[in-house]
Amino acid sequence: MSITPDPQKHALGVSMKRKEDPRFLQGKGRYVDDINLPGQLYMAIVHSPYPHAKINSIDKEPALAVPGVKAVITGEDLVAAGLGWLPTFHGFDKQMVLAVGKALFQYQEVAAVFATSREAAMDGAELVEIDYEPLDPVVSPHEAAKDEVVIRSDREKSTNHIYHWDVGHKDETQRALEAAEKVVKQRIVFQRCHPAPLEPCGCVAEFDTMGRLHFYVTSQAPHVYRTALALVTGIPEDKIHVVSPDIGGGFGNKVPVYPGYVCAVVGSLLLKKPVKWIETRTENLTTTGFARDYHMDVEIGAKADGTVTALRVKTVADHGAFDAAADPTKYPAGMFGIVTGSYQFPVAYAELDAYFTNKAPGGVAYRCSFRVTEASYAIERAMDILADELDMDPVELRKKNFVRKDQFPYQSALGFTYDSGDYHSTLDKALERIGYDDLLREQAEKRARGELMGIGFSTFTEVVGAGPSKHFDILGIKMFDSAEIRIHPTGSGVVRAGTKSQGQGHETTWAQIVAEELGLDPQNIMVEEGDTDTAPYGLGTYASRSTPVAGAAISLAARRIREKARKIAAHLLEASPEDVEWTDYKFQIKGVPTRSVTMKDVAFAAYTNPGDNEPGLEASYYYDPPNMTFPHGTYVAVVDVDRHTGETKVRRFLAVDDCGTVINPMVVEGQIHGGLTEGYAIAFMQEITYDESGNNLNPNFIDYLVPTSLEAPKWETDNTVTPSPHHPIGAKGVGESPNVGSPAAFVNAVMDALSPLGVRHVDMPLTREKVWRAIQEAEARRAISAD
Amino acid sequence: MTKQRVELNVNGEIHEIQVEPRKLLAYALRDECGLTGTHVGCDSSSCGCCVVVLDGETPVKSCTMFAVQAEGHDITTVEGLAQGGQLHPLQQGFWDQHGLQCGYCTPGMLMTSYAMLKEYPEPTEEDVRKFLSGNLCRCTGYNNIVKAVLQAAKALGAEKSEPETTAADD
Ligand code: FES
Ligand code: FES
Repeated sequence: MSITPDPQKHALGVSMKRKEDPRFLQGKGRYVDDINLPGQLYMAIVHSPYPHAKINSIDKEPALAVPGVKAVITGEDLVAAGLGWLPTFHGFDKQMVLAVGKALFQYQEVAAVFATSREAAMDGAELVEIDYEPLDPVVSPHEAAKDEVVIRSDREKSTNHIYHWDVGHKDETQRALEAAEKVVKQRIVFQRCHPAPLEPCGCVAEFDTMGRLHFYVTSQAPHVYRTALALVTGIPEDKIHVVSPDIGGGFGNKVPVYPGYVCAVVGSLLLKKPVKWIETRTENLTTTGFARDYHMDVEIGAKADGTVTALRVKTVADHGAFDAAADPTKYPAGMFGIVTGSYQFPVAYAELDAYFTNKAPGGVAYRCSFRVTEASYAIERAMDILADELDMDPVELRKKNFVRKDQFPYQSALGFTYDSGDYHSTLDKALERIGYDDLLREQAEKRARGELMGIGFSTFTEVVGAGPSKHFDILGIKMFDSAEIRIHPTGSGVVRAGTKSQGQGHETTWAQIVAEELGLDPQNIMVEEGDTDTAPYGLGTYASRSTPVAGAAISLAARRIREKARKIAAHLLEASPEDVEWTDYKFQIKGVPTRSVTMKDVAFAAYTNPGDNEPGLEASYYYDPPNMTFPHGTYVAVVDVDRHTGETKVRRFLAVDDCGTVINPMVVEGQIHGGLTEGYAIAFMQEITYDESGNNLNPNFIDYLVPTSLEAPKWETDNTVTPSPHHPIGAKGVGESPNVGSPAAFVNAVMDALSPLGVRHVDMPLTREKVWRAIQEAEARRAISAD
Repeated sequence: MTKQRVELNVNGEIHEIQVEPRKLLAYALRDECGLTGTHVGCDSSSCGCCVVVLDGETPVKSCTMFAVQAEGHDITTVEGLAQGGQLHPLQQGFWDQHGLQCGYCTPGMLMTSYAMLKEYPEPTEEDVRKFLSGNLCRCTGYNNIVKAVLQAAKALGAEKSEPETTAADD
């Protein structure tokens, strides 16, 4: 499957084996829990058993009596030190580091215990005595909206309402819906789920003898952490060194700064010892950033022939006890405006109200660019419902309404300028490969026999690569990204970027970009990320932004090197720089291929014989993208549903993606496989549920399900290539497309299977039980109407 | 709690460690033997990141066993797979087939597969999927992991069927 690229030829588009793999394969990865510092203490956290409770008192003494326990800190201690609250990333709220006065969700962090061993820390945590007085919890955002119990007493406004956000044309949309020949309306809930990377979150904090903080942490955005730590603690930023070592998956979960991190830093400062904190799986699932929890009312207006005329989406969002959604400052609902999808809506309006509830805080993107998945799911489901009501083939309906290739750049009704796309070609390729006509025939035969077979489509458009800095920032920091490249005398080099791979393979793909631009061997381009002392400032890896933003920075930094190299090449060729051109991965005198030098020659000369040029060969680039990129795809799921058990078998799943230029097809395919499996999990298995009293019912991998090798379907993949016109190499980013696009394809397939029974919509996850109930209810309805 | 002396035989090397009787094998390997290739990903024996092989053939989740119970057994961890600077065919398979992304599940996947291939040297795809169903991966979607194990099975089979080279051949 993988091959070795020829350094003298393309390094782009090559399935090069990953350079990082030998270390992972031999157990030599360096994840945060693999870092052990001399004298290190361990931290364990005490969690609230109640979703909402007054804290009357905390007794540390029993914990302090445990051998090995060195200290216990509480919220009061942190408040006294001025560290009681953390700013959340998009700046609308702050979060308690440790509960003060009240606990606001079950498992909330209430105290931190420091001890000489993991076990002693946990023993201590069990013995901290806390007197709670339970209060009425608010569990549903719809209840929260009534403000009967207001859960946050620290805020000026006495309400659970966090904010209202809207975009588009309210009145025009209303008029268009009133005038529409057909209107469909559906409440679509995208359930609360959790990214649950296999490595939990954690950190090791140490102050050195110079008072400098070294902070090893599972962070997708180490530079942002450094700045956030400086802001929270008041430690000057030069005295903070953040290192993201190898990271065992992130999927958005490792973007926010968590209370445990602050406690570990405080403990290390207090006790003058390194402190390690590694959360348990339960802590990961119950306290760190969840995803989704959007309750969407979607309305589409259309003509009788299926031409769409208006879209309106009204959303209620559950943000939990703090507004810890990791969205850019000006986009409280992220990129939800992509909800018009791949279709030409002349007018649209989206609005959202977010509420506090007594549930864990979050609202991170689970392999998704800030709420794109919710938006994509809503529109792709609603289009199928419209097709069903118009008795049209969902493929025909989509084709009829697609933005056409000649319309790009396309201005969407909700304000995005789609850079490029070719929706019809991608869909056609998918239809041919899946054999749509044959499947339809098979389905008709099965339906005649009473069997439930479904074919589901999702023809999604994503928006990734945040972002143009005039629109996008986090904590005020503009969302650019960066790269710095040094070429050594013998023609190898190092590239450092502001991103941080969590499995995406940057050590390989970034080397491929440099190699392509400079005609060097990618095996000898070392990639470094995640160390704020050496990497240039960047906003990190999430929201599929690495390739669109940092990838562009790398490419442009390399081109800066090439410009300088051209001058040195001219010196070597005894020509003027204007007469020297870069072709076939070398410098030659224009039109005289025999007179040429390679980049390797030039690199050596840069240090040994640069002529009148400044010695050395390095460059950096901070890239502020002019626009976002808009990857798209057609996904097709084919399912069989067992009428008697409600069990769904995904018989086939085809993903045809268009992410522009592909750097490494093997890595892209791997990303798609992984994202599809997460999409499958969301569609069929995953939900973080709370009971009426606010108890989290999915605090471990027994109750929060991750697909195993037995459930994961076999994935078929293909692609079309529509390069981004504004990205230096035309790449668009792909990591999240499969998660964004696939849930709708799965659900559409199951609903298609159930459509002969008259089932219109069932919310995810489509567990066997839920599907079985839907079938039972539909059959009961039919029996009644037949009577 | 008082510590006790335990002798662990890991990858052919004896590690003398002092641990509390409640110390889990996973943590003993990681914290006391310095073998951090064995990972911990859950607290309910669900993820399989921590799988090691006992006595050359039995895969165990090392988070479900106390270090003291492992005394007297030969323990193989991911660090013991490559021999003489050569990747084991399983490691090679995972590399060739892009069977890993973040690498966190990988040691457990390799060790479960290692034990499986001892018992079932010619597995079908279904066999592999069944055997690996106690090991979670959040990144790869398993398709490439299955391919990697099948590649390794083939390579190991070919190794075995090659005629033994003798000194006379040199
Ligand atoms: S750590 Fe998850 S099974 Fe052992
Ligand atoms: S490679 Fe990341 S969990 Fe498997």
